[in-house]
Amino acid sequence: METLLQQTLNGLVAGSIYALVALGYTMVYGILGLINFAHGEIVMVGALVALQTILFLSSAVPGLPPLVLLLAGVVVAVPACMALGYLIERIGYRRLRNAPRLAPLITAIGVSFLLQTLAMIIWGREFHVFPQLIDTAPMQPVAGVVVSPMQIFTIVVAFTLMGGLMLLVNKSRLGRAMRATAENHRVAGLMGINANGVIAATFIIGSGLAALAGVLFASNYAIAHYSMGFTPGLKAFTAAVLGGIGNLPGAMVGGLVLGLVESFGAGYIEHLSFGFLNSSYQDIFAFMILGAVLIFRPSGLLGERVADRA
Amino acid sequence: MITLLESRTVNKRFGGLQALTDVSLKIHRGEVYGLIGPNGAGKTTFFNVLTGAYPIDGGEFVMNGAELPAGKPHRIVAHGIARTFQNIRLFRDLTALENVMAGHHIRTSAGVWGILAQSRAAREEERLVTERALEILDYVGIGRHADTVARNLSYGDQRRLEIARALATEPQLLALDEPAAGMNATETAGLRALIETIRADGVTVLLIEHDVKLIMGLCDRVAVLDFGKKIAEGTPAEVQRDPGVIRAYLGDHRAH
Amino acid sequence: MTSTSTTLPRPAGFSLDLRLQQPLLIVLAAAAPLVALAFGASWVRVLDFALLYVLLAIGLNLVVGFAGLLDLGYIAFYAVGAYTWAFLASPHFGIHLPFWIVLPLGAAFAALAGIMLGFPTLRLRGDYLAIVTLGFGEIIRIFMNNLNQPINITNGPQGIDMIDPLTIAGIDLSRNLDLFGMQVPSLVLYYYAFLGAVVLALVLVRRLQISRIGRAWAAIREDELAAKAIGIDTRMMKLLAFALGATFGGVSGGLFAAFQGFVSPESFSLMESIVVLTMIVLGGMGNLAGVVFGAIVLTALPELLRHFAVPLQVALFGKTLLDPEVLRMLLLSLAMILMMLWRPAGLLPARTRYAHREGRKA
Repeated sequence: METLLQQTLNGLVAGSIYALVALGYTMVYGILGLINFAHGEIVMVGALVALQTILFLSSAVPGLPPLVLLLAGVVVAVPACMALGYLIERIGYRRLRNAPRLAPLITAIGVSFLLQTLAMIIWGREFHVFPQLIDTAPMQPVAGVVVSPMQIFTIVVAFTLMGGLMLLVNKSRLGRAMRATAENHRVAGLMGINANGVIAATFIIGSGLAALAGVLFASNYAIAHYSMGFTPGLKAFTAAVLGGIGNLPGAMVGGLVLGLVESFGAGYIEHLSFGFLNSSYQDIFAFMILGAVLIFRPSGLLGERVADRA
Repeated sequence: MITLLESRTVNKRFGGLQALTDVSLKIHRGEVYGLIGPNGAGKTTFFNVLTGAYPIDGGEFVMNGAELPAGKPHRIVAHGIARTFQNIRLFRDLTALENVMAGHHIRTSAGVWGILAQSRAAREEERLVTERALEILDYVGIGRHADTVARNLSYGDQRRLEIARALATEPQLLALDEPAAGMNATETAGLRALIETIRADGVTVLLIEHDVKLIMGLCDRVAVLDFGKKIAEGTPAEVQRDPGVIRAYLGDHRAH
Repeated sequence: MTSTSTTLPRPAGFSLDLRLQQPLLIVLAAAAPLVALAFGASWVRVLDFALLYVLLAIGLNLVVGFAGLLDLGYIAFYAVGAYTWAFLASPHFGIHLPFWIVLPLGAAFAALAGIMLGFPTLRLRGDYLAIVTLGFGEIIRIFMNNLNQPINITNGPQGIDMIDPLTIAGIDLSRNLDLFGMQVPSLVLYYYAFLGAVVLALVLVRRLQISRIGRAWAAIREDELAAKAIGIDTRMMKLLAFALGATFGGVSGGLFAAFQGFVSPESFSLMESIVVLTMIVLGGMGNLAGVVFGAIVLTALPELLRHFAVPLQVALFGKTLLDPEVLRMLLLSLAMILMMLWRPAGLLPARTRYAHREGRKA
């Protein structure tokens, strides 16, 4: 029972980070029908920019409280990633909006590798220790479950952001424009909506969320390096598909479910496979889920059909 | 008169919208059958269900006495139905010839091994297909453009190429979705002559068209759809006098 | 003669007479290893690898360039071929089968893997296919890395070594051959063996391209709905492209294992899939000459960078700012982006032909 609760908690922490990243995938897909492969790299850039800021501040102004440092990291990383997201859309994708469908996909892969390479040039190949500004040491166990302040912080922040995004999309003018553009660019344009502006806003918001996810991810696992974004990016994409791509609540549910499946899967895989597989196979869960969802329920848990209708 | 295609109480829904309601009609072998109606009446939907692009929600299509495999476009083509699209859909980077040769796919049979080994049968088939495709291009009047990439053809020639590609599948029923849309008077006259030739050569034609003159001059019989229901059927002259049709076209519920 | 002038104009640099072009290419291909030898054996090795990559690129081009299906896990089929050879022709399991059994088996396993992967996924939108294949590639790699316990199948990250070399007609290609008193180096022998495979592959793929199957692929790539509307069973045809593309991957994988004498999961990373993809993007998707060109250029790139970029940086800045590996990744990713933005048809744009047009009837 205790391991069960413990794994649920661990799964929720990872899952809420996946959910934040998945939102970016799903928003862009909903509007452009594009899998933005480079989205995972924004997570990485967010973490590394925050790290750089924190290291700089803590040596320039010694004695700053950890929470201020973390906040400063976020305050720099989020706008930086928003700008990056905007640039990627503006330079990389906008010209290709009416190109054959392989072109933007290949560009997206190129952008993803370009960002990794640039990060490698700037920050090197080594793993950086991300300072634990919020305590990751476990607190007094509650009902046998070990939980750290960082884990609580992660879940609270992620859920607040998701709630905020839902409000934005459902209640604001921008949100209405986004939904209209997702329905049909041309018609939205006729209705006086600036489709380019809406698409740019989508990239900017998604990138901001990804940057925050990067900081949370690095804080929880205490590391940051140039290729840290790729696997979480793929998993977040899986989460988006799992929930039903293009569907915001779906991305959140998908992220949480994926986090839980991984957490339980890693705990029980050895038992389930009669000792044949072990926890080093943890990463294949995401892909297996992706495959299973696409085969059996391509619409995802909450979404619409993705199979080619025609 | 022999019935070639019969639709029996065909239904199609999109979410809450009933796009087709119990549409039943019979198309006779060798005629040009027109499908008309105001915008949004369900004409193209009927095409899409007939050719398998959309799954059917009720009813069936019977071709030469056999039920068509609903929702399976490639198998429906094998039964002898070919179509064109309202917004031309050619293989834009292929030449006119290659477009038509692609249309022969279903009537040819060379397999991977035959092609890899360039067996005599495969080479002979390839030669025949090339020859036949050139004939079809000549037939629709764009033989001299055989080596032109489809997207570089003029609008009217693109329409003709799409018909040529459909003819390559050796259809008994050729379904044309607004073939005259966007054509000028000369081009329309040419198209009309082409459709008449096709009919004279024994292919039945199902025609969706807005150009009333073309419909009246070309069709043997016409069905009128309104709000997804068949409201009239008969010769063009009969349909023109039908009060229901006049109401549908002139009624105040839609400007047309 | 005004109506047929609408095909793509050929760039001035490539207007060499076709009748001259072919013999020239043959001579060039035959003489290449001998010329390379003059600059050092390592350049012959580069050529050998270039040919393996050409083979891979031809296979991937069949999937991406012809049928328009973006496969990001292509290297997995290469891995299947390589590991098949490693299992069946090495001391690892103590099995030593000859190449004419192992190579077809590897190709068949790869094709099977292609069908198994394609069957459930090919009805999905193209971009999903990209991510599923990417995931598939990663799964294969994870298994290769970890299937050394509880039973040792793949020997894990250490990989398998002492793999049997390619032996054709009693000639062991891993040893220098004494030909009428002349020593032909092993690397050169492998070169000609691989060249043979590449030429065969080119002939076969060209036959497929100009056939009802090649046209069906092109139709699917151009407009899937229209392809269905003319009676093409798009799912079968895509599956066929997938299986045939995988076959090429499997064969090149087997040859790679034999040539290298060693396989490990490291050789089959996602980056390798991306490299092969960039090769076909660079030369021009769908067009075979472009694909060959792209593969050769990008295989030579790391070597060229090592030989020229490093000394150049030292001369300019007094130190190496970017090591060749980073520089290569930088160039690859930039190539992918810039090609798509500015030259989507590749560096050697040529319209791919899907029909023979010798005798237009009078």
